[in-house]
Amino acid sequence: MNNKQHTPLFHVSKRGALPWYGSWAIRGGAVILALMVSALVTNLLTGENPVNVFTTIYKGSFGSARKMWVLGQNVAILLCVALAVTPAFRMRCWNLGGDGQMLAGCLATAACMILLGDKIPNWLLIVLMLVSSVVAGAVWALIPAIFKARYNTNETLFTLMMNYIATQLVAYYIIIWEVPKGAGKIGIINQSTNAGWLPQVGPSKYLLNIIIVAVLTVIMYLYLNYSKHGYEISVVGESERTARYVGIKVGKVIIRTMLLSGAVCGLAGMLLVGGTDHTLTTTITAGRGFTAVMVSWLAKFNPVWMILTSFLLVFLSKGGSEIASNFGLSASFGDILTGIILFFIIGSEFFINYKINFRKSGEKEAK
Amino acid sequence: MFDFISFIPRAIMQGIPLLFGSTGETLTEKSGNLNLGIPGIMYVGAISGVVGSFFYEQSGNMNPFLTVAIPLCCSLLGSLLMGLLYCFLTVTLRANQNVTGLALTTFGVGIGNFFGGSLIKLAGAEVPAIVLNATSRFFSASLPIAAKLGWFGRLFLSYGFLAYVAVLVALAAAYILKRTRVGLHLRAVGESPTTADAAGINVSKYKYISTCAGSMIAGLGGLYYIMDYTKGIWSSDAFGDRGWLAIALVIFTVWRPNVGVLASFLFGGLYILHMYIPSGMNLAVKELYKMAPYVVTIIVLVLSSMRNKRENQPPASLGLAYFREER
Repeated sequence: MNNKQHTPLFHVSKRGALPWYGSWAIRGGAVILALMVSALVTNLLTGENPVNVFTTIYKGSFGSARKMWVLGQNVAILLCVALAVTPAFRMRCWNLGGDGQMLAGCLATAACMILLGDKIPNWLLIVLMLVSSVVAGAVWALIPAIFKARYNTNETLFTLMMNYIATQLVAYYIIIWEVPKGAGKIGIINQSTNAGWLPQVGPSKYLLNIIIVAVLTVIMYLYLNYSKHGYEISVVGESERTARYVGIKVGKVIIRTMLLSGAVCGLAGMLLVGGTDHTLTTTITAGRGFTAVMVSWLAKFNPVWMILTSFLLVFLSKGGSEIASNFGLSASFGDILTGIILFFIIGSEFFINYKINFRKSGEKEAK
Repeated sequence: MFDFISFIPRAIMQGIPLLFGSTGETLTEKSGNLNLGIPGIMYVGAISGVVGSFFYEQSGNMNPFLTVAIPLCCSLLGSLLMGLLYCFLTVTLRANQNVTGLALTTFGVGIGNFFGGSLIKLAGAEVPAIVLNATSRFFSASLPIAAKLGWFGRLFLSYGFLAYVAVLVALAAAYILKRTRVGLHLRAVGESPTTADAAGINVSKYKYISTCAGSMIAGLGGLYYIMDYTKGIWSSDAFGDRGWLAIALVIFTVWRPNVGVLASFLFGGLYILHMYIPSGMNLAVKELYKMAPYVVTIIVLVLSSMRNKRENQPPASLGLAYFREER
């Protein structure tokens, strides 16, 4: 009989809290590793040397003044959606409906611009756009929230389905408002009058959005970390039972937080339609509701770190499409790069939360 | 008069990819893994098959067996790799399942469109699509007697072999889950991994196997869609949002693959309903009809949570990573 005592090669155990620089060193390492893998993949597919690849990625975002503004705009909108979904995530309420809530906001904004374009003063129109988009986004989040609070309906899947309902609703109105009839698209709204276009601040039409989102980031940081509401959200997220025990009305917190989530998504939609795009399509959100989930999670639901993570993701996707257009590859190359980076960062979380204890060589001898 | 004889076969053909996807996802979810990467995996399953058959068609020879076997194996392999990636991250590294799944979807759709785009360039065709007529002929071949049997033949026998595979796989999955020891263990892992572990069930092994098997089944859905439904034509984003619909179907069937057979046909019907409802010149209303599958899913989701029957609930540990040393 084999009576040898078998010790596994390694043993995984939970780690105590790492100091912040430790965890960010691990994440940084993962990003560097991922960039190396990305360079390798690009090298295999294009035969280009890695230095050129990185230069091209860099140029995709910083190649010209215009590209830098576009980068800023994309980061701002993505960050805005990420800020929106974060309060819900802190509560362990997986709101995957960022896309739908944003689309609802886009739709409300476009509706105001098209229907009221020349009928009311511009400032009133912008106020109306703001209010209606925030309300529309909030309502889109409220529906799943009520059922979550009342019947504990799975919010992940509910909000996911709400995305497609929003998409179809937008598709419906696009056909109703299409210009010219039969074109199947709306085109630029109020091209001649600029009614409802958010005013341009400074050198670029993108600057206003960037400023608004920057302010929002600070507000959200304070709200989550230094307000009573933020505290309640954290308690509900840690343990619903504890929350109930200390007298927090869990249902109320869920509904309030989801309302906030949807409202900020709606605002993001308004910034997109009123501020920069001035049009409405079913794909206007470009899947940001999903990307925002990753932005928020990668930053550990911390609004300040989210600036960094949303920048990283936008930077990569811009870099990917730059590589694609320079080397004649499909534009989806950016998605592949993003995927690789995400997998590495997701994987690196393991090494932050757990440690691997290798079998000591002494024990190996003694067995 | 509503044309059922032409509507039902179309609905079924729309439903088959969803059936593959939802059967795969049900198996996965029963082990407690909420794999939101299914849409990406179905893209990878489709493109792997397309790549395989593209190069086989290029090589010139058309052995009937290999024409079917090569895309099939490529597709299974491609989706297996995606499944393994998901398992490694969520089971071994215990990463967050929602985030991993979404990343997998981004990655998978990217892979699909990227290699699809590259092949289109390679083929040098004028239209932005890859046409695999020869391979598709084998995949969509139905029994020769089907045409002679009138409406019966059209309703039941007019599909390619993968459609029947989908139904068989779904029934087999239902049987395994409900009636076998393996299924019992798998459900135990999904409901309470701690208990399963204490009972001596290898939790990681079950999670790995069921998730990988689920991915491979889902990948076949992508392959079916390209090879049979679209008659071998791949174009960018062709597969659309069907992957999400497959996940919706899992809820709709309350985690029962055998219910999924009919439910997927129903969803397929809802998906193409807008083409059959006479709406005159009003194109806008058609867009509203396209909401139907999602609205129905939400209603089922709400109803099942309101009734709160124990056998209709998601697996209790769905979405949670398992770590033995955690209390």
